[in-house]
Formats: sequence, C-alpha cells, structure tokens
Amino acid sequence: MISGYLITILITILIYAMLAHSLNIITGHAGQISLGHAAFFGIGAYTSAMLYAEAGFPFWISVPLAAVVAGIVGALLGIPCLRVRDDFLAITTMGINFVVEAIFLYIPFFGGAMGIGGINLPKWFGREMTKPEYFFLILVVFALLLLLDRQLGRSWIGLAWASIREDEQAAGAMGVDVVRFKVLAFILGSAIAGLAGGFYAHFLTFIMPQNFGFGQSIVILSMVVFGGIGTRWGPIVGAVILGILPEVSRPIMEYRTLIYGILLLGMMRFQPGGLLGAESILTKAFRRTIYRPSSPE
Amino acid sequence: MTLLDVRALSKEFDGLRALDGVNFTAEGGEILGIIGPNGAGKTTLFNLISGIYPPSGGEINFHGKSILRLKPHQVSRLGIGRTFQIVRPFQNLDVETNVLVAFGHRFYPSLWKSTGPFRQPETLREVQTLIERAGLGPYTKQIAKNLPLGFKKRLEIARALALKPRLLLLDEPSAGLRFEESAQLMELIRQVCNQGIGVLLIEHNMQVVMDLCKRIVVLDHGSKIAEGSPEEIRSNPLVIQAYLGKEA
Repeated sequence: MISGYLITILITILIYAMLAHSLNIITGHAGQISLGHAAFFGIGAYTSAMLYAEAGFPFWISVPLAAVVAGIVGALLGIPCLRVRDDFLAITTMGINFVVEAIFLYIPFFGGAMGIGGINLPKWFGREMTKPEYFFLILVVFALLLLLDRQLGRSWIGLAWASIREDEQAAGAMGVDVVRFKVLAFILGSAIAGLAGGFYAHFLTFIMPQNFGFGQSIVILSMVVFGGIGTRWGPIVGAVILGILPEVSRPIMEYRTLIYGILLLGMMRFQPGGLLGAESILTKAFRRTIYRPSSPE
Repeated sequence: MTLLDVRALSKEFDGLRALDGVNFTAEGGEILGIIGPNGAGKTTLFNLISGIYPPSGGEINFHGKSILRLKPHQVSRLGIGRTFQIVRPFQNLDVETNVLVAFGHRFYPSLWKSTGPFRQPETLREVQTLIERAGLGPYTKQIAKNLPLGFKKRLEIARALALKPRLLLLDEPSAGLRFEESAQLMELIRQVCNQGIGVLLIEHNMQVVMDLCKRIVVLDHGSKIAEGSPEEIRSNPLVIQAYLGKEA
C-alpha cells in the first residue's frame, strides 16, 4: 500500500502538472504571457468549495462547474487583456491575480482569511474515495486533456495559435481572427486551471486565499518555462521535477521561491526553450541517439 | 466591375495627415505601381486597405462593396493578400506551415471546422503547388528564419497566394535584393498578374516599376500628385520636383 505521504505528493504534483499544462495553452501555444494564472486556479477551487460545502452540490457537479466558471471568468478577463501585449499583458494578468486574491480575502462571502473548510473527497459506490483512487481519477481526466491537446495541436486552431504566437499582425493578414483565437486560448487555459482548482479543493479539504496568490502563479510559470514552453510534455516534466525538489530536501522547501527564481534565470540564460525545447541539450542528445543509424540530411 | 476603388481616402495620426484625399482605382490582371518619396503615405495606404487601422475619411470599395470598417482577418478572407515592407514570415515555422496558416482562412470562420486536422493530403498537395510556384520547392521543410531575404519575400507571396486573392498588395518586394533575386521576384509577380489577380506594387526601384507597370500613381506628403503611364510619370514636372526638390 502506498503511504499517505507519498500519495499526497503524487496528487499535488499531478495537480501542478495539470496547471502547468493549462498555462501552456495560453502562454506556450498562443504566446500570451500570463503572470496571474493562479487566479483561475483559485476561482475554480472557490467555486467548487462553495458549491460543495455551502450549497450542497455533489463533487461530480461542483468540479465540472468550477471549470465552467473559471472558463467564463477567463473569457471576461481575457477581453481587456487582449488589448495589451507582452509586458503590459504581464502586468495586467498580475493585477488580475492580486484583485482575485484580495476578493477572496476581504469579502466575507468567500470566507475571508479563514478560507473555506468542510470540503471532502468525492463519494462513489456509497463510500468516500481513497486517496489512491482520487489520484487515478485525476490521472484519467488529465490523460483525456492531453489527448484533447494533441488533437488541438494538429487542428487549424493549433495552427492559428502558432501564427498568433509568431506574429499577430501577419496572422491577421492571413485570415486568422486574432481576438477570437486568443479568447479561445484564455477560456480553455482558465477552464482547465479551474478544474485543477476543483480537484485541489476537494483534496486539501480546506482552502485559503493564500493558496492562490501571485507566488503560486510564478511557481506554475516556472514549471512551464523549466520543462519547455510550448511543448506538450515539457510543462509536465517541469511540474514533476519542481514538485519533487522541495520534498527531497528540507532546505529546498524553505528557499523554494529563491531556488525557483534562480532556476528560471538560469533557464532563460542557457536553455530558453526549456528542458524539452527544440534547441535544448536534452532534445539534441535524444535526437542523436534516435537518428544515429540513418544517413545525415 | 472595378476591383478596387479608393475615394478621398484620408488618415490622420495625432494631427499629422499621413494620407489626404487619395483617389484611384485598380483592376484585376493589372499591376498598378505606387511610388513616392519616403513618408509619402504608401505603406499607410496599404495598412488602410488591409484594415490594420481605420481611415479618418473616405471610401474603399472592393468589388463594389465597402471594406471600410473591416478587420484585417475579414479583409484577407475577402481575397486581399499582402506582403510587408519589413518581411514578417512566421519565423519559427517551416515554409509549408507558413503557407498552411493562410490556407486555413476558409476554416477559421467556423470554430467547428477549425477543430479539423490541418495536415490533410489534399491540403498539403495544394500548398506544395503554391510553394513550387513561388520557386521554393526544395525548401518546403526549411524553417522560415533560416531562409535568405529573397526567399522570405517569396514565402510572403506564396502565403498571400494561399488566400486565393483577387488583389495582392506588395510593399517594396525588391528592397534589399540582389539584381538576379529581384528579377526572379518580378517574374513571379508578372505570372501572378497574368492569372487575373490585381497587384498594387509599392516600389522604390524605378527600373522595376517602369518595367512592370502600365499605370503608376505617385504620392507625395499624403496626396496623389500624378497618375499615368511610365512615360507620363517620367516627364511630369511635379513628380520630378517631389523626388529632386525645387530648383533654387
């Protein structure tokens, strides 16, 4: 039997992987920087928590609704964000994060600094799910999301996102409705972050505004950048490595943000594409071992 | 019907008149040259036609329909392709994918159709034909940023042709090219025009303009100062003055 400690770490990492994946849709695929992704994580968590603990909805309804609400808010907040680009977009999304966190903190309706408790793991077959079962539930959902991501990557939507990421003005001149496809990326990325929030709330059983602050956004972004922005597996690898690091050593846990910051700087300087990026040492070594027998191009 | 009809077109940027009451028409199968000194408003004209910014006044009709309030993606879907003065291929995508982006203009309007896969055999065949027409056949899988400038310019034309355009706006296609590169590009433009596509050509190289165009519009300080055949333009005193300045 897996220990409680191990399963806790596994679920946490899985949720981070889902978050990194969702941010990758906005920042990696569509090229829109976001420094406030934890806001949508929080909106999902709070939606699910309140529907479950206050309104009495079952897990199986509260969590999908968390995705829907986060997606809708993502669309609404995405629209003003679309008027700005690059560094201004970074600051706008950061501002959104602070506002959302402050709303959770200062509006009594959301439980204030005390947060919301009384959220439980879901029930099935007339009993509460065990943690390993919960882990596999999230894993299955995540696998489906990755399949969806693969389909999108091969679709005209994925191509439109790539063109926007490369050059917005040229994309518009090629018939790509830039605003529409950007909003689509914001909706999808926010909804998946909201879904992760729902899973997170039911796992923690107790949520507070601090779980969804700016620091959390940076952690998610670090995972995406570290693993390889825009690649399918990079953000997941990033989430696994940066998720395990604090667990293997206490000092890393204490200086977590410092170490993430240094890693981020180092990656930007030496491997801007991330661990699994097209130009990284790892990818090149991998290609060499795979393609060695074939003739050179 | 007239392909493109521009009437009294004006654009002001914070009080600066970049374009001031410009009139002209363009037809299919014709290369219309647009010349003028730096800052005459040539690129502004292209940006107004392609919907990058709204005009301050005037009309633009394409096939008898106003395109005045349309966004760039709507203008391009109607069949107006363009290239940029400073080339803007999708730098990290290969040649084929660059052209595919424009090929998708028929799918993007429907979200449902947009979910379909873009690498279909028949699509790729059509795209390959366009790439070969632009003389980029051997470079299909090359990443755009690694191409020399002349090829990037051809890639932009191939991409614009994937829109199945009726009008092509070419912003200084020969700038920065060696003589042979430029000659090849001009041949491509001539072929495009022979298929009945209308071409608006901004060009600084007078030799190129005089060779390719039967009709030329001259802009200076945002206004049209002359229009006519290359011979008429060459001998027009206003044009000479605009380019060389007034005699002291």
